[in-house]
Amino acid sequence: MTSKPKAAAKPADNARPFYAKHSKEQLKQALRRMWLIRRFEEMAEESYIRGLTHGTMHLAVGQEASAVGICMDLTDKDYMTSTHRGHGHCIGKGAEVKFMFAEFFGKEEGYCRGRGGSMHIADVATGNLGANGIVGGGLPLATGAALAIKQRKGKDVAVCFFGDGANNEGAFHESLNIAAVWKLPVVYVCENNQYGMSVSTARSTAVKDVATRAIGYNMPGVIVDGNNIADVNEAMMAAVARAQAGEGPSLIECKTYRTKGHSRSDRNRYRSKEEIEEWKLKDPIPMFESELKAHGVLTDAEVQAVREAVEKEVQDGFAFAQAGTAPSPETVLRDVYTVGGVA
Amino acid sequence: MSTREISFAEAIREALAQAMEADERVFIMGEDIGVYGGAFGVTGDLVHRFGDDRVRDTPIAELGGAGVAVGAAVAGARPVYEFQFSDFALLASEQIVNQAAKMRYMLGGKASVPVVFRMPCGSGTGAAAQHSQSLEAMFGHVPGLKVLQPSTPEDAKGMILAAIDDPDPVLVFEHKLLYKIKGHVPEEKYLTPIGKAVVRREGSDATVVAAAIMVHKALEAAEILAKEGINIEVIDLRSIRPIDGATIIESVKKTTRLAVVYEGVKTLGIGAEISALIAESEAFDYLDAPILRMGGVESPIPYNPVLEKAAVPQVDGIVEGLRNLVKGRI
Repeated sequence: MTSKPKAAAKPADNARPFYAKHSKEQLKQALRRMWLIRRFEEMAEESYIRGLTHGTMHLAVGQEASAVGICMDLTDKDYMTSTHRGHGHCIGKGAEVKFMFAEFFGKEEGYCRGRGGSMHIADVATGNLGANGIVGGGLPLATGAALAIKQRKGKDVAVCFFGDGANNEGAFHESLNIAAVWKLPVVYVCENNQYGMSVSTARSTAVKDVATRAIGYNMPGVIVDGNNIADVNEAMMAAVARAQAGEGPSLIECKTYRTKGHSRSDRNRYRSKEEIEEWKLKDPIPMFESELKAHGVLTDAEVQAVREAVEKEVQDGFAFAQAGTAPSPETVLRDVYTVGGVA
Repeated sequence: MSTREISFAEAIREALAQAMEADERVFIMGEDIGVYGGAFGVTGDLVHRFGDDRVRDTPIAELGGAGVAVGAAVAGARPVYEFQFSDFALLASEQIVNQAAKMRYMLGGKASVPVVFRMPCGSGTGAAAQHSQSLEAMFGHVPGLKVLQPSTPEDAKGMILAAIDDPDPVLVFEHKLLYKIKGHVPEEKYLTPIGKAVVRREGSDATVVAAAIMVHKALEAAEILAKEGINIEVIDLRSIRPIDGATIIESVKKTTRLAVVYEGVKTLGIGAEISALIAESEAFDYLDAPILRMGGVESPIPYNPVLEKAAVPQVDGIVEGLRNLVKGRI
């Protein structure tokens, strides 16, 4: 059994913190990033279908609001760890799609010089410590980044994205406990898209809501509509304020849904077409566009301009990547170890 | 260089203290390393000297604890994580093998992971199968990691300092029976080079490559054999990854015989690697005898002291093996 999507966007409320605290430019930027994620992933999928790239990929179509809502106020000094479904987090944190496409195509121009691919994609310069091929792998890492911040008495925060699948890994439980005991400035963000590959949370998880598990680690656990960027962002504001005040970690559970399969091989045997169609009606991007227009933040023409600019950026990025340089076989050993000091 | 005699454990503690004094990014974490002073007393009084922010007692959670150290390292700190027993590192192998070892490579060289794992290892304490393993070859199999094994107090200090100074993840396997041995150790900070073996005893009849406590046993065996007129050269491997092939090849070309003595399980271990290294090198043509491997037996480490001794190479067996090697009986 999965939770049902809500029917429609909330009515306009200019007083709510998300709209009160962000400028028009910031809100427009958020919409731009959501579209960038969507179009990047659609193009990536298309390139796989056309046989232009190899390997696998995990799409987060339908989950764009949590990636952007969590990351939009962070700086490059704030750390982030991501998941195997990490394109959105990477763009949310500020990566450029042309270097992401280049990574997809395994080119030297890619963020990881073609060594990481989709599952390890990261723009380290923006504080992104990487997507991760191991479910739960990023949880200790983000916790450790938060410890590094605390050791140097910094005011930055670490953000840890993970899925509902990871909440049954030992790494989740060990990390949340350590962060709480040491009051580390970390925000744990569970993107609960309701399936760990094919197994629903109802079949895998002893509690109905992942956020409930925060009780066991003495930290706030909140549930938000993960498809509503304002809801996500406001929960993040509170969590960051708590982290920066030295009060420790928080857990945010974003209820969301991936409308694409787990990966390329997914035949969707574990869920119904009706369920997928129902969630498509709750697409976070049109919902956000409606809110922006209802609040008088953007006009129809301005929304259209965002979409067109994104389309150009994505097409240009795709072309940039295709024209990129393939690594030479002699470089296979490069960067196994550090030469000449810490990068 | 002024030296004085201190124990292996004291040498490690001194290295940790000097590293923390020199660099505020350095801190240590692990189970019971604070007021308890560490299960083997290695961290001792460090918590009183540096405070509990820099000498952090962790929950009993090796995956989380070691992973937190990895994350802190990527984010600019220089953590040293002590496993209470290296056997427990298997709980954390996800973070060591999948994350720390690969992160720099996966990210295209855009990050480094300067984390140190201290790994108390080996048998001989009656702690039985889950507290006595020698897993250095297993971790040494992983590109991206560096794996060290000191045999003397001087190297213990220099290797810990070198590991902390190194930009990549380093695992230092400390044999538990060595913690109390004493030796001359320089007072100041110094780095023992990573990836360099050292000849501990010169000889002409056979080369023994050994690591950690087996260096001492090999040296003892060499003294016994010297009385029979057999001259054994003993190489202290010191670094499991990378392996110093040049020093071993050079020695074998001189002595024309090779034995490898190590505590880890014999099969698929350090002995196989060094044997192959010689078989693939120009030293192969110099060999006058088959290569001899003496490693741990194919069983878990038993509790009973007689069985425990029987499970890993002892001096008598090493003497016999080397005698046979030199006399052409194998």
